[in-house]
Amino acid sequence: MSDSPAIAHSAPVEGHHEHPSYQRHHFETYEQQADTTNFAMWLFLLTEIMFFGGLFMAYLIYRNWYYPAFVAASHQLSIVWGTCNTAVLISSSFTMAMGVWCAETRRRGGLVLCLVLTFLLGLVFLGIKTIEYTEKIEKHHVPGFHYSVQAFTNPASDPDTYKEYKDKPMPLDMARHTEIYFFLYFAMTGMHALHMIIGIAILGFMIFRARAGAYTTGHVTFVENFGLYWHFVDIIWIFLFPLLYLISRHQ
Amino acid sequence: MSSTIVSLPDQSTARIPKVNFITKENGLLSWLLTSDHKRIAILYLISITFFFFIGGALAGLIRLELLTPQSDLMATDTYNKVFTMHGVIMIFLFLVPSVPATLGNFLIPIMLGAKDLALPKINLLSWYLYVVGGILVIYTMASGGVDTGWTFTTPLSTHYLNTNVLSTGVAVFIAGFSSIFTGLNFIVTIHKMRAPGMTWFRMPLFVWSHYAASILMVLGTPVLAISLVLVILERTMGIGVFDPTKGGDPLLFQHLFWFYSHPAVYIMILPGMGVVSETISTFSRKRVFGYTAVAFSSVAIAVFGFFVWAHHMFIMGISNYAMLVFSLLTMLVAVPSAIKIFNWTFTLYKGSITFETPMLYSFGFMGLFTIGGMTGVFLGASGTDIHLTETYFIVAHFHFVMVGGMLMAFLAGIHFWWPKMTGRMYPEKISQLAAVVTFIGFNLTFFPQFILGTLGMPRRYAAYPPEFQVLNVFSTAGATVLGVGYLLPVLYLTWSLKYGKIAGNNPWQATGLEWQIQSPPLTENFTTIPIMDHEAYDYEWLERQKEKEVTHVG
Repeated sequence: MSDSPAIAHSAPVEGHHEHPSYQRHHFETYEQQADTTNFAMWLFLLTEIMFFGGLFMAYLIYRNWYYPAFVAASHQLSIVWGTCNTAVLISSSFTMAMGVWCAETRRRGGLVLCLVLTFLLGLVFLGIKTIEYTEKIEKHHVPGFHYSVQAFTNPASDPDTYKEYKDKPMPLDMARHTEIYFFLYFAMTGMHALHMIIGIAILGFMIFRARAGAYTTGHVTFVENFGLYWHFVDIIWIFLFPLLYLISRHQ
Repeated sequence: MSSTIVSLPDQSTARIPKVNFITKENGLLSWLLTSDHKRIAILYLISITFFFFIGGALAGLIRLELLTPQSDLMATDTYNKVFTMHGVIMIFLFLVPSVPATLGNFLIPIMLGAKDLALPKINLLSWYLYVVGGILVIYTMASGGVDTGWTFTTPLSTHYLNTNVLSTGVAVFIAGFSSIFTGLNFIVTIHKMRAPGMTWFRMPLFVWSHYAASILMVLGTPVLAISLVLVILERTMGIGVFDPTKGGDPLLFQHLFWFYSHPAVYIMILPGMGVVSETISTFSRKRVFGYTAVAFSSVAIAVFGFFVWAHHMFIMGISNYAMLVFSLLTMLVAVPSAIKIFNWTFTLYKGSITFETPMLYSFGFMGLFTIGGMTGVFLGASGTDIHLTETYFIVAHFHFVMVGGMLMAFLAGIHFWWPKMTGRMYPEKISQLAAVVTFIGFNLTFFPQFILGTLGMPRRYAAYPPEFQVLNVFSTAGATVLGVGYLLPVLYLTWSLKYGKIAGNNPWQATGLEWQIQSPPLTENFTTIPIMDHEAYDYEWLERQKEKEVTHVG
């Protein structure tokens, strides 16, 4: 057998039309490349859903088991800050979507502006989250060694919350389970915040590249895929906000 | 379809092509920074072989300790550490990446007619994550080991042990992401990178089984990741999620862990089934019988695989109804597995069978996997499971499927594609000998363990009652033979890199696209992208190709 490749028959040799410089060597066309990376991003987001899915599962189970503890503990969260943060995050999704549009229509200035706005809104979100976390630390509501159930066994000791909700004192063995609620609160919002931090870091990198005009040449997949990621992180919050803040507000 | 008699080509005039993916660039950096899927496959092959032998050495220590009823070679807690490290290394650093990351990486783009995987940089990243995970495991061993068992059972792992649970957890977390990226890359490649004419049902079954395994990697591994994060948080901060004294539920950990770790056994076995489909077809010169059924049975295994996890928890206090349902679902997995075995057997029927080494290993796979699978049905039945669980029966079952099944398939694949990867043949006679030695050694090691298990010898103990000694001596003797069986391929395959006969393009007269290009392949695999105009495993097409060539030359 000779060394010549015995493929069925070879594809007709097309005239070598020029490929754009951003097309990777192993793709046939740029459309294939865009399609492929896009698909990969969706698949990656699917793995993210499974990742958060474990936490949502735990939430579901423990909420059913320790219902009164979950209601009382969720009264400790600030609706005002939570709503603010939801608004901030939805706005950032809007600016991100506008950014993708700017990239597609090749508006460099608009793209940079949108990315900077998204970046800032992301930071505002984290800032508000820090305020909320600080409050929890001060009240000893961080699970672990210094956890305190006083606000639940004796609600009157926590006048701000008591004024609003008039919670009844809980027996100690149920009050202890608020720790699980706060663990889930910190794990879920913390994991979410971690994704925000990663997103903001990538945004910072993108702002520099966008100023140099990297995304306004017709090669928009990076901006587009990052947009998908950013919206995904947003959607996680859209589920966290009602589950952690709202669902037990009137009980 | 009848079989076609094929004479293997005369390779005496074959030369290794001067330009190929190995010779294209030189120097260590050209390997460490490569994005060529074939080079990354070689990097993976070297690293998983390294970890296989560490894990194997630990297995040797376990068998040596069990030679006598007393725990005399090592202290009991050392024994716990040894079997834990054996499990962690073999599962997360060998079995999960074994076939996909080496052979899959090397072959899937070529089989689809693509120049590379869809995401070459992610592919390299996955190897680096694997290496980081591996280094952390070595660090764990060097700094005292861990003794949770590879299952990280809570609250043992979170509250009662004073060993390196953290570094092991982080290592497995990182290695898990390496596996996610491999799976993601395969799915995207199979969807988007197929050559013109390469329809879904013209893909080799090797690709189908990798597709099914990738679905499991992508959907299952993140759940393992989050449960390890929870274990790490529980251990470091005492958050209470798995701690019954704070109202947490250890059983939740079991659910989350086995939601990954049961599908993980299909991640390990499915790619091996892909290898066997290729070798059985090639060495009986017939299209795989029931191609479509075999392809869909892979997907069925992947889908069913997600709904059987609680059969690991029959003695952990789940409800009787849950046991009933999971017992039934577990037995259902046997159906697609049996479809595969039967179809391979029918492929052999009236084929012109030859007994090259890959075929010997594949026969080993079929026999041992059948035994392993059938005993799996015993364990899936909740009644017998309660009698047999936590005994050596489990150990034997698992090793029949994983070592007898997967490792045999891995070796079959390595031998089968060795000429394609290196351009040189392995020495046939000695490798046939190694295959037979492996088979004998394997049976001697693990068959006695089935008997030990039914007699009630518990697993995970360094000492055992003296009446079990005879069977344990058999088992340890078998492990020695098995060790020789695994060392031989390393020696002669390394030897063949320099002294092996030159293979030529298609030494087996196989039909896959990978056999129609030079060996070792070019960096971009094909000079022009092929157009697929025939079904997979079409030996008549191959014959026609050869006739065409003869008339052309004549």
